[in-house]
Amino acid sequence: MKRSFTILLALVLALSLVLAACQPKAPAATETSGGESGGETTAKTQTLVIGFTASQTGKYNVSSGRQVNGLNLWMKQINEAGGIKLSDGTVVTFKAVSYDDESNKDRVQELYTRLATEDNADLLISPYSSGLTAAAAVIAEQYGKVMLTTGAASDATYKQGYTKVFQMYTPASRYLTGAVDLLAKTDPSVKKVAFVYENSKFSTAVVEAAKEYAASKGYDVVLFEGYDPETTDFGPFINKIQDAGAEAILGGGHFQDGSAFARQLYEKNVPVKFVTLLVAPPEPDFADLGDAAVGIIGPSQWEPLAAFKPDFGPTGKEFEDAYMAAYSEEPSYHSAGGYAAGLVLEKAIRDADSTDPDAIKAALDNMDLTLFFGKIKFDTSPEAHGLQIGHSMIYIQWQKDGDKLGKQVVWPEDGATAEVLYPLH
Amino acid sequence: MDFILASLADGLLLGFIYGIAAMGLTLIWGVMNVINLAHGPIIALGMFTVYLLFTFLGIPPYLGVLLAAVFGLLLGIVIYVIAVQRVIDAPHLSSLLATFSVNMIIIGIGTAIFSTSPRNIDLQLWSISLGPVTLQGTRVVASFIAVLVTAGLYYFLYRTRQGKYIRAVANNRAAAELVGIPSNRVLALSFGIGAMLATIAGALIATFLPFNILAGGTYELKSFVIGVLGGLGNPVGALVGGLILGLLEGIVPTFTQTTWVPVIEFVLFVIILLVRPNGLFGAKQ
Repeated sequence: MKRSFTILLALVLALSLVLAACQPKAPAATETSGGESGGETTAKTQTLVIGFTASQTGKYNVSSGRQVNGLNLWMKQINEAGGIKLSDGTVVTFKAVSYDDESNKDRVQELYTRLATEDNADLLISPYSSGLTAAAAVIAEQYGKVMLTTGAASDATYKQGYTKVFQMYTPASRYLTGAVDLLAKTDPSVKKVAFVYENSKFSTAVVEAAKEYAASKGYDVVLFEGYDPETTDFGPFINKIQDAGAEAILGGGHFQDGSAFARQLYEKNVPVKFVTLLVAPPEPDFADLGDAAVGIIGPSQWEPLAAFKPDFGPTGKEFEDAYMAAYSEEPSYHSAGGYAAGLVLEKAIRDADSTDPDAIKAALDNMDLTLFFGKIKFDTSPEAHGLQIGHSMIYIQWQKDGDKLGKQVVWPEDGATAEVLYPLH
Repeated sequence: MDFILASLADGLLLGFIYGIAAMGLTLIWGVMNVINLAHGPIIALGMFTVYLLFTFLGIPPYLGVLLAAVFGLLLGIVIYVIAVQRVIDAPHLSSLLATFSVNMIIIGIGTAIFSTSPRNIDLQLWSISLGPVTLQGTRVVASFIAVLVTAGLYYFLYRTRQGKYIRAVANNRAAAELVGIPSNRVLALSFGIGAMLATIAGALIATFLPFNILAGGTYELKSFVIGVLGGLGNPVGALVGGLILGLLEGIVPTFTQTTWVPVIEFVLFVIILLVRPNGLFGAKQ
């Protein structure tokens, strides 16, 4: 037995060595450009290098791929339009340098260091996900590079004293606060709220902030309980919700648990007036629940049908059409976030009328605009510099138009496409 | 009080399903002393059988349960012939590894074909409201089928020739062979019935809960707890064990956080192992 174990261990070690030997010596960079050679300044043309990593492999590859598609679409459009013309006559174009981070934090730190030092990236865009972004932000700050983060909702990264990292997404702490506002506006008589949420870092951070916000608005939080990510049977939670007399439910976590929760609430005829769940409702597959989906609300960073009136860049419809033409698929909010990050950089360079990093940073600090993606404004306080304070989540609700089930934007009011369906029961 | 009644009713309904899932595991152990580590993936295959028949061929889910049972029986016999038969008399580690390999193969192929995305069978039946208790139709029907299956298994084991063969082999294989019982065929049939019970449990669960190819793992673990609770090798004990576990899952959340349920379940598992290693109802000999 012991001998077999030793042989097995030796085999595993040998295999590890072989795999280690097969690792590429240096990462291969991907360059995307519509402009001239990188980093060089000719008399009237300057090409800025935008560096980032993409999760071409690993668990984030789908979301990251869409984010990069959005960014590349913006870059292609701006370069094809002749770049940005500054008042001194300089034409600014862009070139992307990116690497595969394998959805791995260690790779991110190594590659962002490379982008900052060897590739001389002028500006950085974050990888996808809060975890990878936190790893990249340290490097951006260390090398004094302006970095826009997209696909990263965690608040913590912006509370480290960084000065050059700017967030595009609504932070986790405000993911569900809009739902509280929507409920307050729709029915001020509702007082009892239940929070039932997935026990994960993200969901817990979201509901803790929402609970605090709800309590500050005078709500009575009658139930605050987490469930394991693998939970499929919500019977015990539903019984508790009914026992507590909750009138509204907020929470959820991911697709599987959120859709199971919604379905079981419907099957048990739970007499609540308002249900908002994280992540699951904006997904198109949520429609598979049929009648159980009707009335369920969910927050999303962006939805194609949101009716914002942008004061810079394309409308949502123009972006959607361009994206469909380029990639033959509907843009997700990850795609929109990537494109919007490019637009924000473009606006900052236009406002600064310069490519000087300090001037761009100052322009970002002063930014207050509305894009197709929503409002963009950054916190400039030393405690949370770069935290997104303008953008709010869009709240969609599944509604029926005749027999047809579809999503409608019900909050915020300036992006709404329909009145909220209320009460559920 | 209303809350406790509603929770007890939910727990009881779920307990019947847990019971037949555990019965499959415990029957195989009782007859051939093999811990079937492929039990979870076989449960998941039962879920997918009903799902695929319903989604792509429009076959009603409850007819799908019947077809899933036939599929489970055949699959179990195939697994026995290919992976278990040769190691049945070897030390336990060999049969554990053999069934674990089957587990990995099913999960690997299942993940490649179906991914780990959640699936749902869009089946909505009536709900009955009895005071504070709302019973979902899908769960009531599933529990009723579980009771029928248990009764059928009991009848099969105690009233039919094949069933008696199985009990004889379980009691003493050498003696059964001496009186002319074809033990290898009986063992194959037993493994098939064990797998059949797993696919029926999976098929019934799929009518009211979402699932993916990894979903069987949870029920496999519960089956171990139930097996130990009711006595490994004792099918009736498994059903009672399932009901106890279901009731526990219903009642524990009424006085504490629901996340404590698995902690309490496994503490119970360890206590029963220490105090009554043959289970509350004694292992079938």
